[in-house]
Amino acid sequence: MIRFSDVSKRYPGGQDALSNVSFHLQPGEMSFLTGHSGAGKSTLLKLITLIERSTRGQVIINGQNMSKLSRRRIPFHRRNIGIIFQDHQLLFDRTVFDNVALPLVIAGVPSNEIGRRVRASLDKVSLLHKEKSLPVTLSGGEQQRVGIARAVVNKPPLLLADEPTGNLDPALSWEIMQIFEQFSQVGVTVLVATHDLDLISRMSHRRLVLEQGRLIQGGDA
Amino acid sequence: MHKMLGRSPSPKREAISGKRHGLSTTLRTYLLRHAQVLVYSLGQLSRTPVSTFMTAAVIGIALALPTGLHVLLDNAQQLSGGWQGATQISLFLKSNTTDFQARKLVNRLRKLPEIKNVRYISRQQALKEFKTLSGFGDALKALKENPLPAVLVIQPSTEQQSAGIAEQLLDKLKRNPEVDVAQLDMQWIKRLYAIMEIVRHGVIILTALLALAVLLVVGNTIRLAIQNRRDEIVVIKLIGGTDAFIRRPFLYNGVWYGLIGGMIAVILITSALLIISGPVEHLTGLYKSQFELSYLGFGSILNLLMASTLLGLLGSWLAVGRHLREIEPT
Repeated sequence: MIRFSDVSKRYPGGQDALSNVSFHLQPGEMSFLTGHSGAGKSTLLKLITLIERSTRGQVIINGQNMSKLSRRRIPFHRRNIGIIFQDHQLLFDRTVFDNVALPLVIAGVPSNEIGRRVRASLDKVSLLHKEKSLPVTLSGGEQQRVGIARAVVNKPPLLLADEPTGNLDPALSWEIMQIFEQFSQVGVTVLVATHDLDLISRMSHRRLVLEQGRLIQGGDA
Repeated sequence: MHKMLGRSPSPKREAISGKRHGLSTTLRTYLLRHAQVLVYSLGQLSRTPVSTFMTAAVIGIALALPTGLHVLLDNAQQLSGGWQGATQISLFLKSNTTDFQARKLVNRLRKLPEIKNVRYISRQQALKEFKTLSGFGDALKALKENPLPAVLVIQPSTEQQSAGIAEQLLDKLKRNPEVDVAQLDMQWIKRLYAIMEIVRHGVIILTALLALAVLLVVGNTIRLAIQNRRDEIVVIKLIGGTDAFIRRPFLYNGVWYGLIGGMIAVILITSALLIISGPVEHLTGLYKSQFELSYLGFGSILNLLMASTLLGLLGSWLAVGRHLREIEPT
């Protein structure tokens, strides 16, 4: 699903943010991406979502070579990835329903189908009763669950989460991780960037550990 | 055989109609989405009614100026068109022409088909008119003799009124031995037309400049709207929104600004015309003219609204093209 082969990323005028990173995630595999801040976690996620492009090496997502994807194709590539942000990135002038519906509206799904799929998605994160609320009226944990509902409403084969539990207490974090685990069980590839080592140790999943741009654990030889 | 023929096309037709159904659903979804964005962008504007109105009012005023001038020019042209019937030829008779000779000439001219009417102003009448109208009566008393010639004021019949034919008639009349000077009183109409032509060109330049102003106003407003929604644009780009999808609400915003601005322009022009219609009526009444002030017609209103909407669209297109690309997730 995700294949990095000898990938390096150097920002203009800076040092290598990633150097010679190689790993391969199978479809349906759940894994954690950890490391200190500045170790390259964000850069790695940006290469997958094509916010940045690699300087050297190959990134292949879902069989597609990222360096060969034209700018025009980027939106369609991103529709195959559900992204969950640390700060939720919800649109605060729209209801929970409209926020979750956004990926479907973007993809041009007929409106009669949108309602059904949004509710199914909200049901998965137990927020069906909040569909008409505005995001500001929700707690941090609820907002993060809305973010998850939005990320999965399109049934993407790949789910990326960038510090999804950064602002949550341990109980809520655990709950969020359980939701991710459920998705991986139905075949979604899940990659969670986090430095919540305590949480990771309670779950038995593959760990990709970055240190100063190098993958020191969990990579391929 | 008959049965077979009757039956065989039906599965084929089903297949075709099935395909068509899919296409029409796609089209309908597409149009529906556009309609939704159209309504959504209006809703967005109505959430900030004051600033929306102010922007639209600026557009309205900018459009009302050239359009209003254009309407006034049209009215002036209509009015002066009525004056073209007032083309007349003045024949100044030689001072040795007697009253009797003059009257004979009048009778002769009246019989010509090119001439509708002849008015004879004798030397005495001319003097009397001059005294009352000029206020130089006392100065004239000092003269021993009446210095004024007799005048025949000739109105050509309607077919003769275009300038060229009127000039032919003028030449013909000049040849009469009693005539000293013959003058076609059309010079001032020609001058008026020349002035109006200059004004018309001025209006065209003004229209171009103010259309540019509308483009800039809409462009700037949309640019600010894009900056205000920067975070939203980033989120939409991250979850796979194409440039077209992000562009659409802003383009419709521009369309609404243009359309509302156009409507404001129509209201401004119509009220301005209503305000001046009273004095105009009074003035035309003084001239016993049949002139009636013409307002913006249905066609002109439609044209104005279309032009303003297009300007709004174009303005937002320019702004969106420039600024949307700069916003990328980091």
